[in-house]
Amino acid sequence: MGNEEAVFYSRVLTELTLSFHIIYATIGVGVPLMIMIAQWVGIKKNDEHYILLARRWARGFIITVAVGVVTGTAIGLQLSLLWPNFMEFAGNVIALPLFMETFAFFFEAIFLGIYLYTWDRFENQKKHLLLLVPVAIGASFSAVFITMVNAFMNAPRGFDIVDGEIVNINPIIAMFNPAMPTKVAHVVITAYMTAAFVLAAIAAFRLLKGSNHVYHKKALYLTMKLGFVFSIATAIIGDFSGKYLAEYQPEKLAAAEWHFETQENAPLVLLGVLKDGEVKYAINIPFGLSMLAHNNPKAEVIGLDQFPEDEIPPLYIHYLFNIMVFIGMWMTILSALYWIGINRGWKRVSTKWFRWLIVLGAPLTIIAIESGWWLAEVGRQPWILRKIMRVEDAATTSGQVDLMLMLFAGLYIILGIGSVVVLRRMFRNNPVERELEDRHMEKGGDVQ
Amino acid sequence: MNLEILGISVLWTFLFGYILVGAIDFGAGFFNAYSLLTGKQRILTKVIQRYLSPVWEVTNVFLVFFFVGIIGFFPKTAFYYGTTLLVPVSLGIILLAIRGSYYAFETYGARGHKGYSFMYGLAGILIPASLSIVLTISEGGFIELVDGNPVLDYWLLFTSPLTWSIVVLSIAATLYISAVFLTWYANKAGDVEATDLLRKYALIWSLPTIITAGGIIFELRRHNFEHYSNIQTFWPMFLISFLLFAGTVWLLWKRHNYGWAFILLMGQFIFAFFGYGASHYPYLLYPYLTIYDSFTNPAMAISLIVAFILGLGLLIPSLVLLMRLFLFNKGYVRGKKDFHV
Repeated sequence: MGNEEAVFYSRVLTELTLSFHIIYATIGVGVPLMIMIAQWVGIKKNDEHYILLARRWARGFIITVAVGVVTGTAIGLQLSLLWPNFMEFAGNVIALPLFMETFAFFFEAIFLGIYLYTWDRFENQKKHLLLLVPVAIGASFSAVFITMVNAFMNAPRGFDIVDGEIVNINPIIAMFNPAMPTKVAHVVITAYMTAAFVLAAIAAFRLLKGSNHVYHKKALYLTMKLGFVFSIATAIIGDFSGKYLAEYQPEKLAAAEWHFETQENAPLVLLGVLKDGEVKYAINIPFGLSMLAHNNPKAEVIGLDQFPEDEIPPLYIHYLFNIMVFIGMWMTILSALYWIGINRGWKRVSTKWFRWLIVLGAPLTIIAIESGWWLAEVGRQPWILRKIMRVEDAATTSGQVDLMLMLFAGLYIILGIGSVVVLRRMFRNNPVERELEDRHMEKGGDVQ
Repeated sequence: MNLEILGISVLWTFLFGYILVGAIDFGAGFFNAYSLLTGKQRILTKVIQRYLSPVWEVTNVFLVFFFVGIIGFFPKTAFYYGTTLLVPVSLGIILLAIRGSYYAFETYGARGHKGYSFMYGLAGILIPASLSIVLTISEGGFIELVDGNPVLDYWLLFTSPLTWSIVVLSIAATLYISAVFLTWYANKAGDVEATDLLRKYALIWSLPTIITAGGIIFELRRHNFEHYSNIQTFWPMFLISFLLFAGTVWLLWKRHNYGWAFILLMGQFIFAFFGYGASHYPYLLYPYLTIYDSFTNPAMAISLIVAFILGLGLLIPSLVLLMRLFLFNKGYVRGKKDFHV
């Protein structure tokens, strides 16, 4: 196998692992916060439905977290196995957040174990809720630290290269690189948003499938409300991300927006197709790009003409960007309508078709997450470390990557199917109505 | 003590932690599967499940900690080991993934699938086998530099008696550690039948453990004489290790104090593991890589150590809490109370 093949298969395998892992990782970061909020609401309102909601979410969470942990271990090791030259560099400069991530993960793992096995062990529910705090913090901080590493790949800082040697290393500056604030905020908040909409979809789905229990209605209202709040936050952070890109990675922004020539009063291009270098059938929002990039309709935005041909990322990322943004806006509108609708007593938000739209929100938000990550990674091409190391120079020279690709693809198929089957069985065999009844009987039948 | 030694000591300690908790976990899965085969599942499954349930995820973290830490402290290892270990470590990851996720699937989703239990048990044996290959490779002689890139010679690796001795040791030690721990745990749970059975397993596996461990030292004489002669200088550590081993076996034989048997076992492995590690010094990979030429820059080293100390401040109390609630809680161990989600 020539090295070109090793590079190609390493890319495919990394993309496959990340695309699969990110689904479980996103849920893993977002859901603990949702469980915490539900349990807290339950304690505050003294409403057993919310407590049970937290409990059932926690049960499903175990399955997703298990897949998240093992695929996370896989990507952690694959980074060294597939990109040894990159990791040698990364080890020297950006190892600190990677190392801290293992602590966050450790912390989360320990308290998750405790939390899961101490339901009803404490007289005071609040004590039990307290055990969830480190789980949620650990989960979110895992995302924070790992995203710092990804931010570093986009905006490497904290070192100098003199005669091919890395010198003047400052791990703190490397961690707090310019890409870090927007990237970290975006990843964490969208994880919360996605988790909320996925859980909302489950509640809506149960309501559609015959159960009219108030439990599901409470769940739906709570999650849609949270989803709305986080999608607004996402939009605000998205705006900051645009400004970050314009300043530090203009080629990524220009490629994502199909902005070919540096110009003032730049319009924002949505959709469209490329024919012989011309953009056709696109929607142009006048001054849109100048606003996004510099908060000023007249500002000049750097176009792709400023970059050598071999440093421009593939232009299809434009569609990835559009998909991500459209889904984000769509979910904001949908959740806003639902929230207002419920408060105003609009019948329409409780109809079948509206609930189907909410169900559809789960796959949509996952697609948005995937598009966002593909945009982030493909948009950095040809670099693995922007302007420092190209992807093809980072890859392994091993000849067995194609075989490993097949093995891992098989693994992810097994894990994907397995997790879905187990989750479905788990909740179908123990519907909420029955569990509520059992719990009441337990309470009623208590002799002591 | 310099930073290099501090770094490798921290990592070595965590690797030891992984080997210990991992062995208990892997062995437990194997005994569980074996008991299904011999119809003794009624005796063992309950004890094993009670121990494994709250800690399965924690085990994995020790491993992650080790491999992330080694890239941080010794970045050059990414180049040498990353390039050459693609196949054995990938196989290890796949086994770990199947085992880890299916543990959750089985425990929380769908109980009682037999084929799965066998796979689970088998994976537990194959993981130490595939990961222990790394130790074999570190002895040198299996990696060549071709055009400046390290290449692993599989034929040489798999025809070497050293490889297979280390594989056998990893499996035997896994089962031995696990059996001794579970004997103590079952005894604590007041489960006489399970204690007796596990004690038997512990005694059975003690023999292959000590024989292969001795055999490996002997084989190193041929394979890597420099390491072999270094081992000689650390002979007191290996002697202590052997005495502790004898102590564990004696306590098990006499059915005395299983808690002490396990503590002595930990001592045995600590002395052997650190004796081995110290004699390997300064090489991470014979003859290419030492802890000195692969060490990171001082700024990174110091920040990693600071992060490590702060991290431990969080971890140790949490681990103590975990152990107090489950491992050392009589009500939980005996299965009187169940507070599962």
